[in-house]
Amino acid sequence: MESTIVSSRNFNAYFGTNHVVKNVSMDIPKNNIIAVMGPSGCGKTTYLRCINRMHELIPGASVQGEMLLHDEDLYSLNPILVRLKIGMVFQRPNPFPNLSIYDNVIAGYKLNGFKLSKKERDEIVEHSLQKAALWNEVKDTLHKKGTFLSGGQQQRLCIARAIAMEPEVLLMDEPTSALDPISTSSIEELMHELKKNYTLVIVTHNMQQAARVSDKTAFFFLGELVEYNDTREMFINPKDSRTQNYITGRFS
Amino acid sequence: MNRKNIHNQIKYRIARNKASEVVITIYSFLITIPLIAIIFYVLKTGLSKLSWQFLTNIPQPVGELGGGIANALVGSILIVLLATIIAVPFGILCGVYLSENKNAKLSYWSRLAVDVLQGTPSIVIGIVIYFWVVKPRGGFSAFSGSIALALMMLPIVIRSTEETLKLLPDTLKEAGLALGLPYHKVILKVIIPCGVSGILSGVMLSIARIAGETAPLLFTAFGNPYLTTNVLKPMQTLPLLIFNYATSPYDEWHDLAWGASLILLIWVLAMNLITKLITRRWKVQL
Ligand SMILES: Nc1ncnc2c1ncn2[C@@H]1O[C@H](COP(=O)(O)OP(=O)(O)O)[C@@H](O)[C@H]1O
Ligand SMILES: [Mg+2]
Repeated sequence: MESTIVSSRNFNAYFGTNHVVKNVSMDIPKNNIIAVMGPSGCGKTTYLRCINRMHELIPGASVQGEMLLHDEDLYSLNPILVRLKIGMVFQRPNPFPNLSIYDNVIAGYKLNGFKLSKKERDEIVEHSLQKAALWNEVKDTLHKKGTFLSGGQQQRLCIARAIAMEPEVLLMDEPTSALDPISTSSIEELMHELKKNYTLVIVTHNMQQAARVSDKTAFFFLGELVEYNDTREMFINPKDSRTQNYITGRFS
Repeated sequence: MNRKNIHNQIKYRIARNKASEVVITIYSFLITIPLIAIIFYVLKTGLSKLSWQFLTNIPQPVGELGGGIANALVGSILIVLLATIIAVPFGILCGVYLSENKNAKLSYWSRLAVDVLQGTPSIVIGIVIYFWVVKPRGGFSAFSGSIALALMMLPIVIRSTEETLKLLPDTLKEAGLALGLPYHKVILKVIIPCGVSGILSGVMLSIARIAGETAPLLFTAFGNPYLTTNVLKPMQTLPLLIFNYATSPYDEWHDLAWGASLILLIWVLAMNLITKLITRRWKVQL
């Protein structure tokens, strides 16, 4: 039996009175890759942003229900602690434009004022960039600005920045949607690599990607979690007609 | 409509384009004439007065040689420096608030206040400071002049900060928050550093803008024929010196006024140049 790391119970999210995530209950097992799929506007991003408490930063946004991290209610913890344990990679690469590649990787420590020795910093930077499969490409230009990199490299830099904090869970919101196919496949390879140490929740529009990388898939429709199952099972034998329609491309 | 017709129309359009280009070029050339004439004349008249002595001596009584503008130069630098120290923190914080709380009620009212302040004639700011600071304190002082100038800097600093930060994408702030940074650190270590070139440009331009202000200093800093660094005492400044000496009947004093005008002009040009350098050097590539 796999152990659960994050789970939501009858979880709801709102923008003002707009009910966007409806009564979602879902267990996320450790060291798995979970794909979250569904048509545009069905609440995938919102649900993801509830897991690291980014949703509440939007004026008027609110949540209701339980979201647990190791059986502890996320919403009774300090949001800053939650975000240190649950990292996030955004749809568009967003390295800090004022920082070098090196400083971008350790930004979570540096900007927070956590003290590290030079040796520790160097280790974290090399280790994280290696895990993000970017080290070989940037090891000679660590002190250049991160924004000089290509889109795919920037996204891997953002992944390195997130894993430098050694989070338990890594949330990725359509991390490859702004990238070319080559960068996309290198990031997909990376996901497999990361699975050994982290739990990944990945929003994707791309069914092939979900099929390629994920262990489990959650299908959202109009804010509801319609179906959640092992990816293989879900693609071969979808239980709900809405999932079936989506997978066979009858709507997108 | 036939093809010939269209051809004629296009020809006509091209001709009209050419004509308007010529008109625009002539006009832009025309506006540079007074500008160049002013700079040339101030340079020509002022340059011969400049010397080391001119910068390090204070004005001499009429009839004696070797007078300088040291008191006004030191005074201007001190008063502007003090004004900058007062205006910049308030200005940046207010600009941050406005860009962070675009739709708040307070933002609406402070934007309105900033606009009104920007449009307030400097003489009015001078008289307000005269009644609020100079009179209660019982005397003119450089400090009161700095407050008046700080009020004139504020709108420029606030607006340039707000406009700069508004252009930064929200994803930048989210990147910081998602790394577990508290909000105030996101502002201090991500947002402000990313906007630093725009913010500093605003500060520099506001310094250039107030350097030549005379009206609000007439009844605050007042002027002083001697060199002083005590900001609680009346102090000379370049614009006050120019005003007083240019309107005097003595040629030696006219020379001082011309020399001081040149220094002021150099100051403004230097600030504009520094602004350009800052924008280029510290511009953050998004
Ligand atoms: N910042 C926001 N403010 C208000 N409503 C929003 C905001 N972001 C998203 N929504 C609404 O929430 C719904 C779900 O959006 P989202 O979670 O982004 O969907 P998805 O990621 O599945 O495309 C949409 O209908 C959208 O209109
Ligand atoms: Mg989305």
